[in-house]
Amino acid sequence: MAVIEVTDANFANTVLHSSKPVLVDYWADWCAPCRQLSPIIDELSVTYRDRMVFAKLDTNANPNVPMQQGVMSLPTLQFFVNGQVVQALQGGKTKAALVKAIEAVLEG
Amino acid sequence: MTSNPFATSGIVSGLGLGGLKPTAAAVPSGQQGETRVRDVVIVGSGPAGYTAAIYCARDGLDPVVLEGSIDAGGALMTTTDVENFPGFPDGVPGPDLMAKMRAQAARFGAELIADDAVDIDLSGEIKRVTDSEGNVYRGRTVILAMGAGYRKLGIPGEDEYSGRGISWCATCDGFFYKGKDIAVVGGGDSAAEEATFLTRFANSVTLIHRRDQLRASKIMAERVLADPKIIPAWNTRVVGFGGSPTLQELILRDTATGAERTLAVAGLFEAIGHDPRSALVVGQVDLDESGYVEVDGDSTRTNVPGVFACGDLVDRTYRQAITAAGTGCRAALDAERYLESLADGTH
Repeated sequence: MAVIEVTDANFANTVLHSSKPVLVDYWADWCAPCRQLSPIIDELSVTYRDRMVFAKLDTNANPNVPMQQGVMSLPTLQFFVNGQVVQALQGGKTKAALVKAIEAVLEG
Repeated sequence: MTSNPFATSGIVSGLGLGGLKPTAAAVPSGQQGETRVRDVVIVGSGPAGYTAAIYCARDGLDPVVLEGSIDAGGALMTTTDVENFPGFPDGVPGPDLMAKMRAQAARFGAELIADDAVDIDLSGEIKRVTDSEGNVYRGRTVILAMGAGYRKLGIPGEDEYSGRGISWCATCDGFFYKGKDIAVVGGGDSAAEEATFLTRFANSVTLIHRRDQLRASKIMAERVLADPKIIPAWNTRVVGFGGSPTLQELILRDTATGAERTLAVAGLFEAIGHDPRSALVVGQVDLDESGYVEVDGDSTRTNVPGVFACGDLVDRTYRQAITAAGTGCRAALDAERYLESLADGTH
């Protein structure tokens, strides 16, 4: 799967220091909308694999990053460019809406 | 009992059996992105949509279900325990119940599309439903089961604090409020359930309701009122928000005296009801002033021949999983009867 798992331990290295834009999908197993979002993210991670890093973070197992990033709602998606959040989306999103957001981030 | 009163017709169901008995109405598909003409296209996937799919598929009507990409399963997907669905004496988690209904529809061959309907065209004999990728699903009948979406308070700051302290999903976001003081606004079953669920995490839950008693069912209201962590705030409205960068306080107004006060909270969960998701069919089928689809008497027939509606999309009153499932069943049977009348040339 082209989506990588990030944790409290490797978040800085993997996300903040990435040379490519990164999409982080904050999820938890009790969150039904997250489960519906995740196959869409999986699919897009294949489409955009050369241009963007796709990461998911289990907020249950990794409480520190969500707290530092001010994540209070699931699902949350954050787009990072050069270690900075350039866009954040909360709640379920359609594939079309995600494609639009990804294209906007890639066009900078 | 078997449910198919038309099992011997073999005409409407012929298309579901590999086109052995094509009807005159069959239109070959061939255009890009257009699938073959079906007997039934179902839009929505709560208990109503899946029950309609189970009945239609089992009766050989070859239904396709536009489940929605982000809210497949409907309102029950964010419900914790469903304790009143018959057949589950120990209760069942909402998502598990929906997974079972979905599997049952799939077992009989319903085609399930995890995408949103973005356009619905109900004019003409063959109706057209378009998904977000541009695929067009064509049907002699359409069953509308889009359900209802959560209602917002509609006060300034609500959108800004959404995801920064305001939430509509206790099961999704309750975890972030461990040991915090939070509030729930609403007075129905959803509000009672959310407040009870949130006591697992929160230090205290203030339940804000504009009336002096809950509208929730007796058992749920009693559970709430007996819970030491839940503090009712009767005759109270939320009129404003404060805090930066996340929600830190609510401005509350007493509906009797007009007096305002602030309440320090880290989060607010809204459970003030739902509005029917009929936007895609406005101007095509008759709606009432609240946006519910109007149906003919106790049937599921809309004013457009071949178009049926069920579930929370039509239900101003009951809004239960079991009543939604019941109307989904009726929509399937009504659609089947309509297809039969088309095949007989009696329509």
